[in-house]
Amino acid sequence: MDDVILKVENLSKQYRLGKIGTGTLSHDLKRWWHLVRGKEDPYLKIGETNDRSLKGESEYVWVLKDINFEVKRGEVLGVIGKNGAGKSTLLKILSRVTSPTKGSIKAKGRIASLLEVGTGFHPEMTGRENIYLNGAILGMTKKEISSKIDEIIEFSGCERYIDTPVKRYSSGMTVRLAFAVAAHLEPEILVVDEVLAVGDAEFQKKAIGKMQDISKTDGRTVLFVSHNMAAVKNLCSRGILLHNGQLVYQGQIDSVVDRYLESEELSFSKRYHNESISVKDLSIKEFFITSEIKTGSKFEFEVLIDAEIERLVEFSVGFRNVDSTPIFQIYSGHVGKIFKLIKGINKLRGSIDSLPVVAGNYTITLWLGSKGVNFDVHKNALKILVREGAISEGGPISTKNGYPIIHQSNWEMT
Amino acid sequence: MKSLEKDIWLFEITPKKSFFNFNVKEIWRYRDLLFLFVKRDVITFYKQTILGPLWFIIQPLLTSLIQFVIFSKIAAIPSDGVPYFLFVLAGNIIWFYFSDTLKSISETFTANQNIFGKVYFPRIIMPLKVVFSNLLKFGIQFSFFLIVLCYYIYLGYDINPTVYIFLLPLILIFLALISMGIGMLISSLTVKYRDLNFVITFGISLFMYVSPIVYPTSLVLEKIDSKFHFLIYLNPLTGFLDFFKYAFFGSGSFDVLNLVYSLVFSFVIFVLGVMVFNKTEKSFIDVI
Repeated sequence: MDDVILKVENLSKQYRLGKIGTGTLSHDLKRWWHLVRGKEDPYLKIGETNDRSLKGESEYVWVLKDINFEVKRGEVLGVIGKNGAGKSTLLKILSRVTSPTKGSIKAKGRIASLLEVGTGFHPEMTGRENIYLNGAILGMTKKEISSKIDEIIEFSGCERYIDTPVKRYSSGMTVRLAFAVAAHLEPEILVVDEVLAVGDAEFQKKAIGKMQDISKTDGRTVLFVSHNMAAVKNLCSRGILLHNGQLVYQGQIDSVVDRYLESEELSFSKRYHNESISVKDLSIKEFFITSEIKTGSKFEFEVLIDAEIERLVEFSVGFRNVDSTPIFQIYSGHVGKIFKLIKGINKLRGSIDSLPVVAGNYTITLWLGSKGVNFDVHKNALKILVREGAISEGGPISTKNGYPIIHQSNWEMT
Repeated sequence: MKSLEKDIWLFEITPKKSFFNFNVKEIWRYRDLLFLFVKRDVITFYKQTILGPLWFIIQPLLTSLIQFVIFSKIAAIPSDGVPYFLFVLAGNIIWFYFSDTLKSISETFTANQNIFGKVYFPRIIMPLKVVFSNLLKFGIQFSFFLIVLCYYIYLGYDINPTVYIFLLPLILIFLALISMGIGMLISSLTVKYRDLNFVITFGISLFMYVSPIVYPTSLVLEKIDSKFHFLIYLNPLTGFLDFFKYAFFGSGSFDVLNLVYSLVFSFVIFVLGVMVFNKTEKSFIDVI
């Protein structure tokens, strides 16, 4: 049987605009006076006009609306969504910091959250004292903490300072200590929000490893919220996608991440120029991909460049993955191609014989310049989905092993 | 099958919350946290001070000395035949227990919004921890009071402690209830109305003067028209103060009915405080 450990049913959270921020007695008295005379609340109107995205004339905003999902024991669920999609509110309700307006959450185990580590740390107390207090705040008993204190201290790597007040710690050490406590919690359900953004590289690796242990070895359930798609893909098995407070998609993590990236508009596209050359003088007008986009297939594109001046230029196309990590680049300068632009629209055509990236989502950055000088740069100019393909007669290429680039190769037995 | 499934949920998070929620079982589960919070209060109080816990004694000692000089030596206020210093010290330790607890609790939400915004634990732990920290402090001050009391008895003053001193724990519990009740009411209101913080600061010091601390209740009864006597009895602290002094000095105007009123008042205000506190704790994070 399916072992559902957490069940969220019709969960909704409503914020009343206009009521927030009117925290003085005079406002309340005025509101009361308006109500007595049978008039509208004067402050609710403020909320109405302020927010464009409201539906109709309602002064209410649903931050979460009819969220339904289930989590099974041992599952690591990724919660994805843009800023303002309602992720944090969901986590806050889950960790019982705030209560829902409608609906319910049923859980078969303790929920502990790592919304932010180090809650309740007191600078005057020693590391050891803080471990006890912080652990208790997170729901551990003294006995539980005592049995794990050595492990926690070792994990934090702060042995030498453990009996020194925390105010003498570096900020990194404080965070390490705090995470160490949190990582040794033993709730059935753990809620994690972007804690991986702390500490140095070594510690981050340790933290991710610990999270994996928690879910894989100990079979505990984790809800993980992050904007780091690589980490989400790495850790989670299933995911839910929130958009404007609604659950728009749930399923296997890869498909959820893909869906999220598709839904994301290219609002983050950035374009900049060299100051000495204005957009009018030299700009990338259009860029089309004229071939199919498939691993191992021929990749062809065309660029239209609008030039008002005659100029020698080079052109480059860069691929970045979903985390904006540069993956690979093609650059006309590398193959000695320099184009002399004439006034008017210039058309360039480029191609590679075999697209070397594995299937997935990428963004493309276009660069027009000369000898390292930027003329026109479109960061994340467009988003493409590379479909699964093969090189030569070889079989399909797996995306699972983590290598982003594959290449034609020659083999023989000697 | 369905009904079976329902039973095994450990807990549910729903919008509904009962009106009065003083979940002793849950508080018991978090007793370690309560203990650690109290420990934190104590540790951080004396860290980096030279006199440490002695400060607990210095506060009522100096206050009582100043009051002794002004109200007894200069203003010649009587004290029911008890040495004035002892008389006012008794009033002060009760008063400090009440007012310090009240003041800290009234800041519960504003002072802890950071921690409340991040993790869940029964919010009532915070007011409770204040009660216990202050109880410890009271313990130290009370010991000091006992020493002074014995000293005066040794000097041959006419002081006759009664058997009522054994009711002291009861008095302390109800004092805790009243200061928690009022404190939680105020803390809930300050979430919306920050103005109340200012009212509290000077309100408490005013309230001290309308409570029989630096003067005995008997003096009020003597000087004020009997039509207004009910005013001094309306103050719920009067019952506690008079009882405490009567128990330890065997003198003064102690009135059973008045004590009962104080106890009932404390209980009612406590229930009310918990109710308002419950209502606030579930939504305050959206408002603050």
